[in-house]
Amino acid sequence: MPYLPVEPPPFFRRGPSPLARLAFFGFISIALLFVDTRYHYLEGLRHVAATILYPLQRAAQMPGEALGWVGSYFVSLRDLSDDNATLKRQSVEHAAAAQSFAATQEENVRLRALLDVRTRYGTGAKAVEVLYTGRDPFAQKLFVDKGTDAEIRAGEAVIDADGVVGQVTRVYPYMSEVTLVTDKDHAVPVQVQRSGVRSVLYGSGAGRPPELRFMAPSADIQVGDVLVTSGLDGTYPPGLAVARVATLERDTGQIFARITCAPLAGVDRSEHLLVVGRQAAAMPRPEEPTAQDPARKMGKSKRRGGANP
Amino acid sequence: MMVLPSIGQLSTAGSDEILQPVRPWFIVATLLAALAANLLPLTGVALALRPDFIALVLLYWCIQEPRYVGVGVAWTVGLLMDVGDATLFGQHALAYAFLAYSAEYFRRRVLRFPLWQQAAQVAVLLALCAGIVLLVRVVGGAPLPRWTYAVPPLVGALLWPAVTMLLQWPQRPQRSAVEL
Repeated sequence: MPYLPVEPPPFFRRGPSPLARLAFFGFISIALLFVDTRYHYLEGLRHVAATILYPLQRAAQMPGEALGWVGSYFVSLRDLSDDNATLKRQSVEHAAAAQSFAATQEENVRLRALLDVRTRYGTGAKAVEVLYTGRDPFAQKLFVDKGTDAEIRAGEAVIDADGVVGQVTRVYPYMSEVTLVTDKDHAVPVQVQRSGVRSVLYGSGAGRPPELRFMAPSADIQVGDVLVTSGLDGTYPPGLAVARVATLERDTGQIFARITCAPLAGVDRSEHLLVVGRQAAAMPRPEEPTAQDPARKMGKSKRRGGANP
Repeated sequence: MMVLPSIGQLSTAGSDEILQPVRPWFIVATLLAALAANLLPLTGVALALRPDFIALVLLYWCIQEPRYVGVGVAWTVGLLMDVGDATLFGQHALAYAFLAYSAEYFRRRVLRFPLWQQAAQVAVLLALCAGIVLLVRVVGGAPLPRWTYAVPPLVGALLWPAVTMLLQWPQRPQRSAVEL
């Protein structure tokens, strides 16, 4: 019986149809999205892909860096001498403060020892440079050029010369991801420098100013007040400048005042940043009432109907 | 001698010329270059205008060379982009896979038109791609972005003729100077 080949020649073989492929890859994507949102199992895969991407990211840096070098080569002698004069004047202006600094610091150390307060800053701050800003319009993120190689850890605060920029949220082998204070899901515990009122500064996403929420209309706060980190969260060291109050609406008909702020740091401009270590140790939890105070405990458990034996 | 096409013949390869076969390494190189372009450190207005270069280049190859670049390649590149952007895993992958499929579906129609009219159709495809990303994010609880979100697909469509001519350049038949 003669046998006729029924299979098409190799040229016509193209594998599954595009629709089938779309269905397959679409399903995997949706599964990945779900797993990444809910379970955070994929950090390992992310690290592998980030390492593959790293050479490309450096390559993308090159045109900008080359322009910078060429630019700096052509800086005129006059600019340099002007700069030099300004810097000399500044150093004289700062001399007084610098000389009293050592004395102040020594005094501070003694006072702190008296108060038995632990050192607030973790050891060492690391200078980093911005690689690129994330293009995702839904999140405010940027990427810096050091990662686990420089012992940067997730959760550390990132500042520039003027104030807090954000917080390290993910660390790769040679780079890390910083979430800015303007990101929608970002909150910084702050304190008004002038009056000491504590609050939390919430980011509002791209192009919208950060807000202080849940502040009573009568709170002691004014336009122009500087907000500094309060350090209550154990993430941001206390006393770093964060933002300035920009607008203030006290509507007595509302429960809360509407307060928007402008970040002090060059959140979308700075190129050189500093990663500040975490606070050395988290604040101790307030002590639970113990058996040392039997009368109070008895009273409490009675009031709670014996729910707390 | 290689010659850039003049504006008069602003179209994909016409009936008078037959393109040389594409080299696979050239496709890989252009995709890597597009990835690098997407990771450029831009700020301000440039950031708002920056088109999605990967979507553009993928679209070009899906339309011109569907045998080499299809849904699978687009999906893989999308995963890399997800990492580069620190977005959710699978977000760009899904969008690019869909883009590759729609390119495959519409490619014969798109190729019939001159470049400027192709650009209009490309704008729709790029907007579709951006729309999928938007959908994923909004389902994930993000707020709606500002109107500037619609700008990059339009910029991408305006770049379409330039991208086509650039990527087709190595494949154009070589002509002698006498012929011109």
